[in-house]
Amino acid sequence: MFEARIYVTLKEGILDPQGKAVKGGLANMGYQGVADVRVGKFLVLTLDSPDRRQAEQSVREMCDRLLANPVIEDYTFEVQEASS
Amino acid sequence: MRFGVVVFPASNCDMDTYHVVDQVLGHPVSYIWHREQNLDGFDCVILPGGFAYGDYLRAGAIARFAPIMESLPAFAGRGGLVLGICNGLQVLLEAGLLPGAMRRNDSLQFRCRDVLLRVENVRTPFTNRYRTGEVIRMPIAHGEGNYYADPETLAELEREGRIVFRYCSAAGEILPAANPNGALGNIAGICNRRGNVLGLMPHPERCSESILGNTDGLGIWQSILHWWGAAREQEAVRNV
Repeated sequence: MFEARIYVTLKEGILDPQGKAVKGGLANMGYQGVADVRVGKFLVLTLDSPDRRQAEQSVREMCDRLLANPVIEDYTFEVQEASS
Repeated sequence: MRFGVVVFPASNCDMDTYHVVDQVLGHPVSYIWHREQNLDGFDCVILPGGFAYGDYLRAGAIARFAPIMESLPAFAGRGGLVLGICNGLQVLLEAGLLPGAMRRNDSLQFRCRDVLLRVENVRTPFTNRYRTGEVIRMPIAHGEGNYYADPETLAELEREGRIVFRYCSAAGEILPAANPNGALGNIAGICNRRGNVLGLMPHPERCSESILGNTDGLGIWQSILHWWGAAREQEAVRNV
């Protein structure tokens, strides 16, 4: 079994209203040094794959087709052998 | 002219839309469950407002893989009319039937109120009963209507007259103050190159009867019927 940890974020240059609101909230609390906040999604997938290469390949495909919207989002992921 | 209203789990404007076609237009209409794949016999398919599949992941992201969505590109390819209202537009964007994507409203607030729209293109099957530049009023109700497309796509939409509705002031000016969600170019509705697929964030089905206090949305339905009638006439002439 493999575990994929996937991070989906808005592309650079795409306005992130949620990030802006969180940044404003932090500033209100007195955290003035926060230059930028971007809010994204974090997904954990458990995969029954024969090997890491195939697990990575299917995660990439799932990201391209469903988990991220390539028009506005980027993704990164890491695949690790799951301790079962 | 036969209409179909697609029903996804958590569609919630399907009955209003059905009602308008059935009771206001008086045309045959059926619900199309999202698991179905056959669109034979339909002339216009409407993706209604709501929160298909709970809008989980992204609005429209999961709905666009519903079985019915596999048949929609071929239906549109044959010239069938496709109208996406609110969530329906979000589904069309995710499916790639229209370009671009929706981001969260810049205010981060769900906006539920009337907006003013300027009709930019009246040469579509959906807008031919309006006048160019006409200002109409329609309700919106969405949290993710902040339209985005990359600069090349935006320029293409502009050049090809595919921006069909823009949020505007009472005088028809395209101003930031008239923009309820941050959409680029105040875009409220766009169509495909052929013009037979239209998506818009506002809800014409909620403003097509005088009892509701506003009939500005009626023009959409009248345009569809007018276009369809004209298309049938042309066909008849060709077949003589």
